[in-house]
Amino acid sequence: MQIEMREEKKQEFWRWKESNWKNPDIEWRSGKFITLGIDVGSVSSQAVVMVDGQIFAYSNMRTGSDSPHSARKALDFVLEATDMPEDRVDYCVGTGYGRVNVPMADRTITEIACHARGANFIYGPEVRTVLDVGGQDIKAIQCDEKGRVTNFLMNDKCAAGTGRGMEVFADLLGIAIDEVGERSFQVKEEPPPVSSTCVVYAKSEALGLLRKGWSREKVLAAYCRAMAERIYSLVERLGVKPQLAVTGGLAKNSGVIERLMFMIGLKPMNSKWDAQIAGAIGAALFGYALCQKGKGRKK
Amino acid sequence: MLANYGYKDGSGDYFITINTDLCNGCGECVAVCPANIFIVVDEDPNDPMRDGPVAIVAEEKKKKLKYECNPCKPTQNRPPLPCVEACKTGAISHSW
Amino acid sequence: MISAGIDCGAKKTKTVIMRDGKIAGKGIVLAGFDLDKAVHDSYKMALRQAGIRSEDVESIGGTGAGKEAVKNADELVNEIKAMARGAFYFFPDARTVVDVGAEEGRAAKLDEKGNAIDFAINEKCAAGAGTFIEAMARALETPLEEMGPLALKSDKQIPMNAQCVIFAESEVVGLIHAKTPKADISRAIHDAMASRIVSMIRRIGVNKEVVMLGGVAYNPAFVEAIRRELDLERLYVPDYPEFGMAVGAAVVAAEKAQGR
Ligand code: SF4
Ligand code: SF4
Repeated sequence: MQIEMREEKKQEFWRWKESNWKNPDIEWRSGKFITLGIDVGSVSSQAVVMVDGQIFAYSNMRTGSDSPHSARKALDFVLEATDMPEDRVDYCVGTGYGRVNVPMADRTITEIACHARGANFIYGPEVRTVLDVGGQDIKAIQCDEKGRVTNFLMNDKCAAGTGRGMEVFADLLGIAIDEVGERSFQVKEEPPPVSSTCVVYAKSEALGLLRKGWSREKVLAAYCRAMAERIYSLVERLGVKPQLAVTGGLAKNSGVIERLMFMIGLKPMNSKWDAQIAGAIGAALFGYALCQKGKGRKK
Repeated sequence: MLANYGYKDGSGDYFITINTDLCNGCGECVAVCPANIFIVVDEDPNDPMRDGPVAIVAEEKKKKLKYECNPCKPTQNRPPLPCVEACKTGAISHSW
Repeated sequence: MISAGIDCGAKKTKTVIMRDGKIAGKGIVLAGFDLDKAVHDSYKMALRQAGIRSEDVESIGGTGAGKEAVKNADELVNEIKAMARGAFYFFPDARTVVDVGAEEGRAAKLDEKGNAIDFAINEKCAAGAGTFIEAMARALETPLEEMGPLALKSDKQIPMNAQCVIFAESEVVGLIHAKTPKADISRAIHDAMASRIVSMIRRIGVNKEVVMLGGVAYNPAFVEAIRRELDLERLYVPDYPEFGMAVGAAVVAAEKAQGR
């Protein structure tokens, strides 16, 4: 039997618009410490400017092929929204996958620490667990009421459970990535999950299922379920303490997230802030804390 | 803080956990590990507010723990792991 | 004494017919999705080559991940045992045997009678098996059989960061874009794979006489990379490494039939 493959334009795991924003109620001139957080991720980069620990402005952009350039672009874009000169910044913290390549950073801090701190800021002090599933990694973090990390793990070795793994499947099935959620629920009943964890072996398993006459939706549902189980097994290592914040691209894929939340038995928290900027917020907050402690930039 | 370095892949879980509340940054683990898994840094990149040195797993080793630790983990008659033995404060543990 | 060994691997099914301790015929077919058919076809192929009728086969041994499909087996042989006996058949001095197949890598330590006394397995992650090189060949747009010879042309060592087939594919594409010569990329792929296999061998301890079995052993660059990593003078590879486990199963089946 021939398996029909639709040519699909390559799409990213999640779509969003590049944007920048400024808080009109904050006057940078009267600020004591102005700190900058730059998060260079594998897919997107953000810059956040904080005036004494309050969000003054932010930008959110696609990451280009080289990190230093992406950091620069995100910074220029956020400054564009303000009338503040760059040299007014007291301290700059770089974070994210490309953090070692943020040239203007006074210090780099891992995305683990920044995500937890940022989640505490945008979701409030009740957050105890932060789950971040990105294009190339999974992070599970536990934190206390101050946003200090108490337990974490990050898996960036294996594609299983990451956005990349989902992309491979969407490609295989010829289903656009932003339709994954919806299509995965177009099944009469929930099939058992694909049994191989490894994306490569899961792919051959899926081909076998298609040959057996399964619909693409059914195969997709089986994979979304497998992905949810995979992510669950990682969070479970730490234990899920309420409340739970879900960030990263996965938060936008209902096919996986609804199945995952069902397993966890919790609802993810909501916030008025875009969760994508959590890392950069955390970075800027650390910059502020370091300045307050007298550990700021040596002038 | 429990810092879990490592990964889970199709074949299993491979994590080294460092309890940074117990770790005093003495560097004994660095000295005994034949695979240079650990390094001691003055600033914990995962906990910027910490004062004092701490052991972390080197970046380039994190994705290879299953392979790198193999010599210390023979299939038979497994001796105590050098890193776990050397750590006086009991900060290091392995998941496999 | 006529016996048969059938090895149902992830990609291919292999059969060996043995008469009085000598290989009389071999059969190999792609496993596809119908294992029963693959078993049947490879068996028929081997019988034909040996010029032996199926009634004359006294004992059949089945092995490999899909060994349950060998319905007519008198004996199901565990994979470690099959690879141990296979290696011992080809090289009685063998003390360490490594078998790298499409979806699994295994290593075992042998005693002087060819019994496995210790073993380690790499499975369920495609990064530790033949699939890794296959996927990288696709990313490099190079036929699989040319990968080895290509890698041998390189004398440059470039490290690969990704430890996963999926991420390594993107890394290879990145290296191509960066205009890295294909030979160097191919070598990096082989080195990465070899270091994983070697660490598995280290787990059981390396003896001097190391035998390699499995389809990947046809690849000269891979064998060379392992040899280099293990720092040995030479590795022993039989003429048909792919049939190593089938031979082992046939040997065990014959022994059983003779009441040994
Ligand atoms: S299990 Fe598969 S997806 Fe995971 S690291 Fe191994 S090759 Fe990659
Ligand atoms: S088990 Fe051995 S190789 Fe692994 S970290 Fe400990 S000392 Fe190092």
